[in-house]
Amino acid sequence: MATHLILQKIFKTGFVSEPAPEADLALRTREQELHADILRVFGQSVAIRHVDAGSCNGCELEIHAINGPHYNIEGMGVKFVASPRHADVLLVTGPVSRNLEVALKRAFEATPEPKWVIAMGDCGCTGGMFGESYASCGKVSNVIPVDVEVPGCPPTPIALLQGILAAVSKGRNTAA
Amino acid sequence: MQIGEHDWHLDPFGRHIWRGRMEAGQLLALARAVKEEGGQLVALWGSDDRHLDGGFAIHAAFLTGAGLAWASSALPAEAPAYPDLAHIFPQADRMQRATFDLLGITASEAVDERKWLRHGAWPANVFPLRRDFDPSLPPIHDTDAYPFIRVEGDGVHEIPVGPIHAGTIEPGHFRFSIIGERILRLEQRLGYTHKGTEKRFEGMDLATGAKLAGRVSGDSHSAYAWAYCMAVESATASAVPERAVWLRALFLEIERIANHLGDLGYLGNDVALGFGFMQFWRLKEDWLRLSAKLFGHRYLFDCIVPGGVAKDIDDGGRAELAAEADRIEAEVRSLKAIYDDHATLQDRFANTGIVKPDLAARLGLTGLAGRASAQAWDARAQFPQAPYDQLDVSMATQRRGDVLARAEVRFAEVTESLRLIRALLTRLPAGELHAPLAPVAAVCEGVGWVEGWRGEVVVAVRIGADGRLDRVHPHDPSWQNWPLLEIGVLGNIVPDFPLINKSFNLSYSGQDL
Repeated sequence: MATHLILQKIFKTGFVSEPAPEADLALRTREQELHADILRVFGQSVAIRHVDAGSCNGCELEIHAINGPHYNIEGMGVKFVASPRHADVLLVTGPVSRNLEVALKRAFEATPEPKWVIAMGDCGCTGGMFGESYASCGKVSNVIPVDVEVPGCPPTPIALLQGILAAVSKGRNTAA
Repeated sequence: MQIGEHDWHLDPFGRHIWRGRMEAGQLLALARAVKEEGGQLVALWGSDDRHLDGGFAIHAAFLTGAGLAWASSALPAEAPAYPDLAHIFPQADRMQRATFDLLGITASEAVDERKWLRHGAWPANVFPLRRDFDPSLPPIHDTDAYPFIRVEGDGVHEIPVGPIHAGTIEPGHFRFSIIGERILRLEQRLGYTHKGTEKRFEGMDLATGAKLAGRVSGDSHSAYAWAYCMAVESATASAVPERAVWLRALFLEIERIANHLGDLGYLGNDVALGFGFMQFWRLKEDWLRLSAKLFGHRYLFDCIVPGGVAKDIDDGGRAELAAEADRIEAEVRSLKAIYDDHATLQDRFANTGIVKPDLAARLGLTGLAGRASAQAWDARAQFPQAPYDQLDVSMATQRRGDVLARAEVRFAEVTESLRLIRALLTRLPAGELHAPLAPVAAVCEGVGWVEGWRGEVVVAVRIGADGRLDRVHPHDPSWQNWPLLEIGVLGNIVPDFPLINKSFNLSYSGQDL
């Protein structure tokens, strides 16, 4: 019977979750107006909608990874949601392919204010190896406004979490 | 090389790899002979050779009893066309349509002439992979208006899904036609991550090309980087130090285990066994962290370079990796016992998303999913490149062709890859990590063929006389397998689609290019 094996494994494994990293405020690209009531609305939690706008799927590997047990993101108040309408943050990967440009803009428009956009990975931040071409719009900020850029190919889970926390953490209104 | 009754004048072009040129009509005859012999079409692509010999060319790579056969046919500069191969190998359909979208080369008398990679970003009469394509043309913003095949009748309705999906996966559009909860038809619309990868290779230096190849599909980085480097080294007739080749295999097997662990976790998650997800992703995270510690990157990006490898492993690292392999094997064994014993999981896995062996053979199902439907092909076992020729790889196969079979193949391959890793670590030869490539004197071509975790990755390369990349075609096994997902879901209920989809776990970026 599987149940006792599952319980045995759970107890043997114990807790593997690690403490959250500090926000990396240097990743912010644009100072956004932030009212005290926004912080109150979000409290300490944030809902993220991921949009792959043309990535090689390398960044997706790390988004999956932060949903694993080591990172305990829901314990930090970070939750991935299924619709942009439920989201505070769009986490966008990839150079934006021209075939996905319209869908990305629509996802952005569907996200209620106040909202933040995080561009993830070298491609999202600069266009990366794919750059701009007949098929690629290049970096995310060429298509929608970006608040935080998290470089890396792909960014490590810690760098990604620091970027997410930089987008939403307290103290944002005092950052330069 | 003899296939059937005929000698096709294919010459040895590397280990278990053959190359030949023939008339376009002959290509059709070759395809028939390969099919009769029980072989498969692996890849089909085109090239604009007008700057070399005045025309276009169509290329096909076949899997035959003697290995990989790369056949090319020259086509005229005006109205280039070749005979349709999709009526022999149905997996050619989307490749032929993509070849038209990018190069304007037509498959004559093909049944399906709809566009594939082109949506609305460039006009129908513009072909981006042609050498005279004008990159300064302003992009257009036409709607895709893709002609889906409609299913009509009492009680039939459609569920459109995507391109942006509800989970953290790549973008693509799925159009379900259903009756009640049962899927009557699924039609895929892909190409949303088409980012001009093949065009990007043009004129690139050989070292940068390896980085781009590794980013065709990030989850198969080592497979692509190795296949690309194999192609470049074959084109330039460059020797690679033995230690480097062994380390490449080590990287490839590490990548296979990382992906299989992640998939086994998600398969548990998709049948509401969150425990399985957390356990397998704990193991995967430990595995990735060890890669980062030993080789400087969690997914081993850019560790394989033309001429060798960029990272080494010392004695301490070998001991650490071998110990971790032992630990992972014991943990996976205990988790498999739970999966085997878990009634709900078995109930959801078994008889779900079936692709029967005869259909898999007819439609060209390949790689991991193919082996779960009795398609016993694994290049590491049958056509081993070094160092696999010294490792005696044991291939994992199943006949059920359902989600359970695809999970079982993954379990078996994790165990086999851990064995391979121990063997690679124990017998790792001493020597250099890297040797300079031989200089390029004239236009040259090569092909690389690597059994990645998802299936065979083929990269064909042509280097110009200036020593820079002229044409690169990276081929992902997802090309063949996406259409089989359409078949595998038939008659299943919509809520099982995510599970079936995950059990295939195909690449969008790899086929969208």
